[in-house]
Amino acid sequence: MRSPTGFRLLRSHPTEASLVGLLVLISVGLSLTSPQFTTVANLFNLLNTSSVNLIFAVGLLVVLISGGIDISFAVAASVVQYVVALALMRIGGGNWFIGLSLAGLAGMVLGSVNAALIYNFRIISIVVTIATFNIFFGLLMFFTRGVSIYALPEWWTRRTVLFEFQQANGTWAELTLPVLIMAICVIATWLLIRHTTTGRQLYAFGDNPEGARRLGINIAAMHFIAYGWLGLMAGIGGLVQVHYAQEVVPNALIGRELDVLAAVVLGGARLGGGRGTVLGCILGVLLISVTQNGLNLLGISPFAFKMVIGAIILIAITLSNAPLGQIVAGFRKRRDA
Amino acid sequence: MSEALPHRYRDKKSPATDAPARRGRRLSSIATWLGAENIGLLLALLAVGILFSSLSPRFLSTATFDSVAFQLPELGLLTLAMLMPIIAGGINLAITFTANLSGLALAWVLHANGGPDAGVAAFLLGSVLAIGVGTLSGLIMGAVIAYTGAHPILVSLSMMIFLRGLGEFMTRGADISGFPEFIQPLGHGHIFGIPVPLLILLVAVALWHVLMSRTRLGFTNHMIGSNLEATRYSGISTRRVQMLVYALSGTMCAFAGIIMMARFNSVRVGHGESYLLITVLACFLGGVNPFGGFGKVMSVFLALIILQLLSSGLNLLGASQHLATAIWGLMLVGVMVLRWAAGQLDFLKFTRRR
Repeated sequence: MRSPTGFRLLRSHPTEASLVGLLVLISVGLSLTSPQFTTVANLFNLLNTSSVNLIFAVGLLVVLISGGIDISFAVAASVVQYVVALALMRIGGGNWFIGLSLAGLAGMVLGSVNAALIYNFRIISIVVTIATFNIFFGLLMFFTRGVSIYALPEWWTRRTVLFEFQQANGTWAELTLPVLIMAICVIATWLLIRHTTTGRQLYAFGDNPEGARRLGINIAAMHFIAYGWLGLMAGIGGLVQVHYAQEVVPNALIGRELDVLAAVVLGGARLGGGRGTVLGCILGVLLISVTQNGLNLLGISPFAFKMVIGAIILIAITLSNAPLGQIVAGFRKRRDA
Repeated sequence: MSEALPHRYRDKKSPATDAPARRGRRLSSIATWLGAENIGLLLALLAVGILFSSLSPRFLSTATFDSVAFQLPELGLLTLAMLMPIIAGGINLAITFTANLSGLALAWVLHANGGPDAGVAAFLLGSVLAIGVGTLSGLIMGAVIAYTGAHPILVSLSMMIFLRGLGEFMTRGADISGFPEFIQPLGHGHIFGIPVPLLILLVAVALWHVLMSRTRLGFTNHMIGSNLEATRYSGISTRRVQMLVYALSGTMCAFAGIIMMARFNSVRVGHGESYLLITVLACFLGGVNPFGGFGKVMSVFLALIILQLLSSGLNLLGASQHLATAIWGLMLVGVMVLRWAAGQLDFLKFTRRR
């Protein structure tokens, strides 16, 4: 049988292939044990709830590809939420376009702070972003005194259903606005890293910074594009999270950065740069949210979710980093001989 | 970066001939003994001390000393737990939850033996179990890192998520309290006027200092952080060292967990969660190389004292802990920029001489 493009793609991307395998395995298991799992309503629900994480994830992916790391983006998103909420109140409401532009801009400014420190003073990214994490969070809590904002513009918090239909059992399956925004962010990131010269340069820079510099790639631009893009995504993700939660809470997103980081690296992005795909990133996030969704449907205590997810990630990285490839290759050689 | 090497590996300077040069040499030998890193940190410590004592007359008092002495140990022990893996070129993001889980193990033994009426034997047994739990979680992490070559950030991150989940599952997110009276002094007592937690921290710092600068393990740990492959080719079992390093990191977390339990008189999964990134910050502030291989326990200890003094001083002036957090971050950026500037200066000097 000739292998179609899909298979070839999976063979050239072993991490993605094993994630797809794991995802299929979990999904089949869940569809057998929980009849609710395979409904369209549940699928839509999965997409609705993982939108914010996916937006963050594709942003972080770009930074990881460029060889950096960013711990501060989730806190930056909280800062953006607050700034945008205050700015919108000042101008008297606004709309989605103004909101997204403001959030994206504010996010890019915060991302540029990281990029400027990393590039101009040659400080390694994890040091800078741990520092800015504390600066952003400390100042945010100091100035807001931890007070939440509930009086938000009507457009921002109104639940917007893009597409809905009634299932046979009478429940409605709904696809909401965050999914559209998420799809645009994911496609834009895919276009950036796969189909532009800048994207190829980001991979080259992440794989070998000195080599990239000698090729004449603008190193400063690489830093600002990578962290600026993550800032943009963090801002947009922050806006969408408020839409979802209907409130601005200054410490709502703290801790999210490590969850997203785990999902993105699980998806095959290499810490150290030069490797990572949008597909892997989506699969990493989906694997975690499908597991969570499945545990929920199976009626397992929510307190156990994190434990199971942590164990799955730990097992997944142990397996994906164990020399399985060599073992398989060894089998093949023996079979061929 | 030769200051990371133990003294005996350093070159001896030739004796000076004339008096001023000798004085210069003596000064510079003090500088080598302290290390350039520590001089900068001592100056920063002095600056913080002078700044706050001029801002508030109550700063130079036993109250400030006590506040520093009682708050420093939790952060200090966790920072020591973070330091070793960072020098080995890795990181342990699971430290806070390892500490929580160790605390839970101790609390479980105490509760199984009558809660507030539990005896000293139960406490000792619980402590052993707590240390076992901490060491085991570190050992598992170390084994996965050593045998699969997976990135330590990822391994310890998933371990952190797992441990947090495990703890939340066992406690249902609740506080566990109701411990015997005799644990109290561990978190609040004094011996010869020195707070007990501080004594424990000082012992731990001394232990870590000797371990890192005077033992085989410490030296191979530095080597692994510099170049893992080269160390392996020189005939050292790098896997064994890596496992040991993470296991010891877990042991230190267990001590932090026990101290935290005595301080708060309760165990909750999430206690001290915010310390995680602060410990990394303290290590970097103390001059530890983020890529591993270089770093001194004493410098990190100085950095810790500076951080805690800043926080206590700001607290005294009525500012919130959040402002202190922001200033910690700014300080790290400032120190890194200064180091960069010093590097630039060295570079200029070097090129001019040529």
